[in-house]
Amino acid sequence: MKAAVARPAFGRRRHPLPGLGLSLGLTLLWLGVIVLIPLAALAIKPWELGVQRLGLVLIDPRVLAALRLSFGAALLAALFSVPVGLLLAWTITRYRFPGRRVLDAIIDLPFALPTAVAGLSLTALFANNGWLGAPLAEWFGWQVAFRPAGVVVALIFVALPFVVRSVEPVLRDLRPDAEEAAATLGATRAQTVWRVVLPVLWPATITGFGLGFARAVGEYGSVIFIAGNMPMVSEIAPLIIVVKLEQFDYAAAAGIGLVMLVLSFLILFALNLWQRALRQGQA
Amino acid sequence: MTVEIEDVVRRFGATAALEGVSLTLRAGEFVALLGPSGSGKTTLLRILAGLDFPDSGRVLIAGADMAQVPARRRGVGVVFQNYALFRHMTVFENVAFGLRVRPRRFRPGNADILRRVRELLDLVQIPELAQRYPDQVSGGQRQRVALARALAIEPQLLLLDEPFGALDALVRKDVRRWLRGLHDRLGITSLLITHDQEEAMELADRVAILERGRVVQFDTPSAVMTRPATPFVAGFLGDATRLEGQVAAGVLHVARLPRAPLRVALADGPATAFLRPRDVVVTPAGRDAGNGVIRHASAAPDAQMRCVVEVNGVQLDALATNGAGWMVRGAACQVTIRGALVFGAAGPGVMAEAEAAPAE
Repeated sequence: MKAAVARPAFGRRRHPLPGLGLSLGLTLLWLGVIVLIPLAALAIKPWELGVQRLGLVLIDPRVLAALRLSFGAALLAALFSVPVGLLLAWTITRYRFPGRRVLDAIIDLPFALPTAVAGLSLTALFANNGWLGAPLAEWFGWQVAFRPAGVVVALIFVALPFVVRSVEPVLRDLRPDAEEAAATLGATRAQTVWRVVLPVLWPATITGFGLGFARAVGEYGSVIFIAGNMPMVSEIAPLIIVVKLEQFDYAAAAGIGLVMLVLSFLILFALNLWQRALRQGQA
Repeated sequence: MTVEIEDVVRRFGATAALEGVSLTLRAGEFVALLGPSGSGKTTLLRILAGLDFPDSGRVLIAGADMAQVPARRRGVGVVFQNYALFRHMTVFENVAFGLRVRPRRFRPGNADILRRVRELLDLVQIPELAQRYPDQVSGGQRQRVALARALAIEPQLLLLDEPFGALDALVRKDVRRWLRGLHDRLGITSLLITHDQEEAMELADRVAILERGRVVQFDTPSAVMTRPATPFVAGFLGDATRLEGQVAAGVLHVARLPRAPLRVALADGPATAFLRPRDVVVTPAGRDAGNGVIRHASAAPDAQMRCVVEVNGVQLDALATNGAGWMVRGAACQVTIRGALVFGAAGPGVMAEAEAAPAE
């Protein structure tokens, strides 16, 4: 069926909110200068190597292992941050207890702390003679520092606040009446949380997951201290990029960077689609 | 199902929301709880629903003490003020919620749930909206969803918290009658919370009027209207004008009032008079200038005019059947007081009613 009503050309119709042209222009300019041009350079640079040599750089087992570790550890860290972040957000929004504001402020520390500092203290903590590392090694035989597990720990540190801060405002605005309605309809507390509260939080949780994941993939400072950086075992992709840069192999560094960019974009885009599907029907 | 509320007290810090409320609802009765905002209506509803607990006093539903029974075990249907629908669920899932969360032993099968939700949506006349989300339906439809959801648990007691607040006047009237019909058909006991007297009068078998945490009168709508128990009730119902006066030798004197004093059977002393619109007769000023001026006039149903007249600086509400032609702002008129409802101030709670005839 054809639409019977002709639409006025874009820009002709008067918009109830003026300033579309100006704000869109500024947005595009900003996005172009800060994001798109550097990314375009990143997309162009690797091809200096030629397709074949670029392929060889990327299928280097050491590069593949690093990519696998970077994305795997980032996903794990983001996944772990979801339940913990939800719990933290729930605690600081739903309960009043002494020290709540301090706890609230502490959650943001990973945003502000230079990541190298975090990396050093985590390493000291989880090393085999550290406060946490020693008992873990003694009781369970687990070694965290200088292993992939250490990478995950460092990434959780940077990813967690994103989940908390994404979920918190939604949780704060959640009116208790839907939960009360659930109670009058016979739902237990657990059923209410599972069927009424969590579904409302999912979109924000996915946002937090995506942000935390993105931040973790790009994390460099804290990881290199705790990871030990053993090739094929605990070496992350950003480190390989730095190594290539130090060898003046800019094109190879850009090639690995491009792969990371594409993978991250695909994952974030998928998360976005998922979130949109979840928001269906809600204005 | 009977509901007995015995001397329920609920305080929030220093302020008391309920100060010893006692009410008994008979099975199958439709009771309206009427009061201004802040009178404790919603607190009482929350206590009945199990969402709040009294500091002292008892609540018995069907004879059973509810003190230790949490909301989810009460089987009381609640329609919340803003409906509190689950926004992430379709209308169907909203209604099905109460069935899906039942303990496994009592949970109906999927086919059974489908059938019962369909029946409920038919009952509230919105079968076509099953797959919509709450944000995609109108206010009136949302109210029906909330009602169907509350009825899904087959409650014997239904609590309605200002359910018509979000509806426009036209829809409201229809929905009210429909709701009363539904109540009668299902044979449940209903408690409606409202601040709208018209709503309470039209729907309820009995009306309980709440003033600052106390039930000041609990009676049929007509009794409440014609024989208000306290000055508060008289002032709250109808558009009565409150005037302070003096009773001396069985006659009410209200300063500046035309054709007063009125005869009343009250002891001497200060008194409060309520002049209802129909007690105030307004006629066009004759050859003499008249004693009052029309301040506002607006058309009311049935060819009547609603107006505010000013007499010696006192403004009175009046309802006139003869006003259509001449009643305009600023017109001179003759005001006669036909009667008044008078409360003696002999002491708190002492009620004296006097439908006084004009004393000539």
